[in-house]
Amino acid sequence: MIRPPLHHRLVVNTGKRLYNSALHRAYSSHPPSARLNVPIDYATTPILHHTSKSALSNPELLTEVRNGTASRQNLFQAVNSALSHALSSDPSVLLFGEDVAFGGVFRCSMNLSSEFGSDRVFNTPLSEQGIVGFAIGAAMEGAKAIAEVQFADYVYPAFDQLVNEAAKVRFRAGANEEQTCGGLVVRMPTGGVGHGALYHSQSPESLFTHIPGLRVILPRSPAQAKGLLLAAIACPDPCIFLEPKILYRAAVEQVPTEPYTLPISTAEVLKQGTDITIISYGAPLYTCSAAIEKAEKDFGCSVELIDLRTIYPWDRQAVMGSVNKTGRAIVVHESMVNAGVGAEVAATIQEGCFLKLEAPVQRVAGWTTHMGLIYERFNIPDVARVYDAIRVALNY
Amino acid sequence: MDFIVPSQMPPIATYRVLDFNAKLIDRNRPAPDVIDEQALTWHRNMLIDHGWYHVRSTKTRSFELLHGMCKLDSTGEEGITVGSAAAFGPDDIITTQYRETGVIAQRGYTLEDFLCQLMHNKDDPGKGRNMPVHYSGRVKTGVHAVASTLGIQTPHAVGAAYAMKLEDQRTATKRPRVAAAYFGEGAASEGDFHEALNFAAVREYPVVFICRNNGFAISTPNREQYRGDGIASRGVGYGIEAMRVDGTDIFAVYEATVEARRRTLADNKPILLELMSYRSGHHSTSDDSFAYRSRQDASNWSTQHSAISLLRKWLEKKRLWTAEQDKDTRTHIRKDIIAGMKVAEKKPMPPLTSSWDDVYAVYSEEQTA
Repeated sequence: MIRPPLHHRLVVNTGKRLYNSALHRAYSSHPPSARLNVPIDYATTPILHHTSKSALSNPELLTEVRNGTASRQNLFQAVNSALSHALSSDPSVLLFGEDVAFGGVFRCSMNLSSEFGSDRVFNTPLSEQGIVGFAIGAAMEGAKAIAEVQFADYVYPAFDQLVNEAAKVRFRAGANEEQTCGGLVVRMPTGGVGHGALYHSQSPESLFTHIPGLRVILPRSPAQAKGLLLAAIACPDPCIFLEPKILYRAAVEQVPTEPYTLPISTAEVLKQGTDITIISYGAPLYTCSAAIEKAEKDFGCSVELIDLRTIYPWDRQAVMGSVNKTGRAIVVHESMVNAGVGAEVAATIQEGCFLKLEAPVQRVAGWTTHMGLIYERFNIPDVARVYDAIRVALNY
Repeated sequence: MDFIVPSQMPPIATYRVLDFNAKLIDRNRPAPDVIDEQALTWHRNMLIDHGWYHVRSTKTRSFELLHGMCKLDSTGEEGITVGSAAAFGPDDIITTQYRETGVIAQRGYTLEDFLCQLMHNKDDPGKGRNMPVHYSGRVKTGVHAVASTLGIQTPHAVGAAYAMKLEDQRTATKRPRVAAAYFGEGAASEGDFHEALNFAAVREYPVVFICRNNGFAISTPNREQYRGDGIASRGVGYGIEAMRVDGTDIFAVYEATVEARRRTLADNKPILLELMSYRSGHHSTSDDSFAYRSRQDASNWSTQHSAISLLRKWLEKKRLWTAEQDKDTRTHIRKDIIAGMKVAEKKPMPPLTSSWDDVYAVYSEEQTA
């Protein structure tokens, strides 16, 4: 017998109230009796620092930062902090893009134009190609050019400038060592947000990892974003900095007040474990954390969770070290499974950990389809899919 | 209801100083503000620029060497590159397409630098990474390394101009700088051109945009490239002042560029120059242009409307140059190029391990593995 679709059964069984809430907002709510696929509770997730003590105890921070204070910030406020620190400490820092002057469509540049002047924080005409080309030229002449592309979905006109120019400036300059565009950072909001559909939900990070020369960074939280963004600005290589837009307001945590950097191309183990390694980055880490909590209870296993932080060049040694220990690996990302970051991580794991593997490396990622509006929550990896992958790996 | 009808508008006039006999068109104006030594240097640099073409066309072994390297030359455009480059300051920053050898020569690249790049030996400033003629010379000449992609250099010049403007303001320098972007009329069809001009106009940056309109983009003649009145006419659309100049008249090119530079700095705004000429040579050594244009056309331009011969006439009128000097100089240049090629050819290439250098500031873990 073919079972009717879920929403139909709900209407028949429970009447108008459920119809109004479930069907009307089917794209953003969960089934009423869900155990796994409940909304992420950002107030309690272990991924975020809920106390200043926790935030300030990060061993990656310098002593003077750890001896300072912390304050509650969401992702866009933390990005704003980082930008403000950069602008105030170095007169060559510039910040520009579409609608940056009034504060930005995601508020990341609030008050920066009034504080640092419209010479340094300004709007550009509507043109990603122009924004990035201009930024490359400015960086080639010594500026720290922070270019904002309004959505990662719109970065493609700038793809030529990024791949053919930014990635190659230092290499083709050869002996003219001063000629780099290391001061370039291109920031863009990325990833699903629940209602972004085809053109406000994309995660194009893997496209920039198939050419050498750029560093691709994707922070998971406000405190990580502040440190990684300041590191990207200081980095002598051009960087692409993707900010998970769903976390701009949702992720709130204690963030150290002082400016600080976090290491680029270094992964972070968020949770130690012994039976299976999950590798992810950005927003899916929260999903993984929720799945791990349930899986550890239900299966009695111990799961290690790694945040890549920098997608390329990525911390291969940390990942292989972990999988050589656990023998099982799952990679989780939002973007489509084929040729995504998961493919590269899986290939590297099977090369470096083959004899230690107890199960094939699984990739839990976007399905082979576009990010349509109504069924986004079925496309982006959810807690149930990650939980299921853990079960499959353990039982293999 | 009044439509603006471009076909009814008069074409933009072309600025010229000399007539075809090297006499001042406007007898009432002062002589060009160029000392004899400068003019002689220009002439020599143009002859060197032309020398590449000449060596290639004499079908010696040198020709085989150069031919095998898919080389582009600037025959017909020597006046554009040398004349305009002479107008920029030593600290100005320039971005180019790939047919601006004269710019790089005028700004200090030596024959040895050129030949080491063409031969990809260990002394190539670009470390053997780029195709021939894609010179890297930022330190010596202020010219950004050349890329093959067309038009991309135009927004770079805009960004560079802005970074320099801010730094010059901070340091209160007495010698403020400008940036310049060179490109062909074909590259001006690319989106980057549009964006660069629009940015520069909106943000008021000191950039001089220089279009070498040489009639062809490989085989595509101007009629198939655009329908407006050349590239100068586009300035109006962006709110940018523009001028069309006879690219075979080196004094016109020089004066126009001097004035363009003065205006960008005085008023903080971009300027667009369209320098008209004709690509007398093939697109590159992989091209036979007689497949799409007549030998007669190419010959007419190179004999009757060449910047080199016009300047030569002017020099001869001033008794600064003779036919014998001309012959000697051309022979010497050719010999220098061939001798230099032999030396450059023998030098070893950069080491294989340098393939991994300069991708990142320091090697990535993957590279070291």
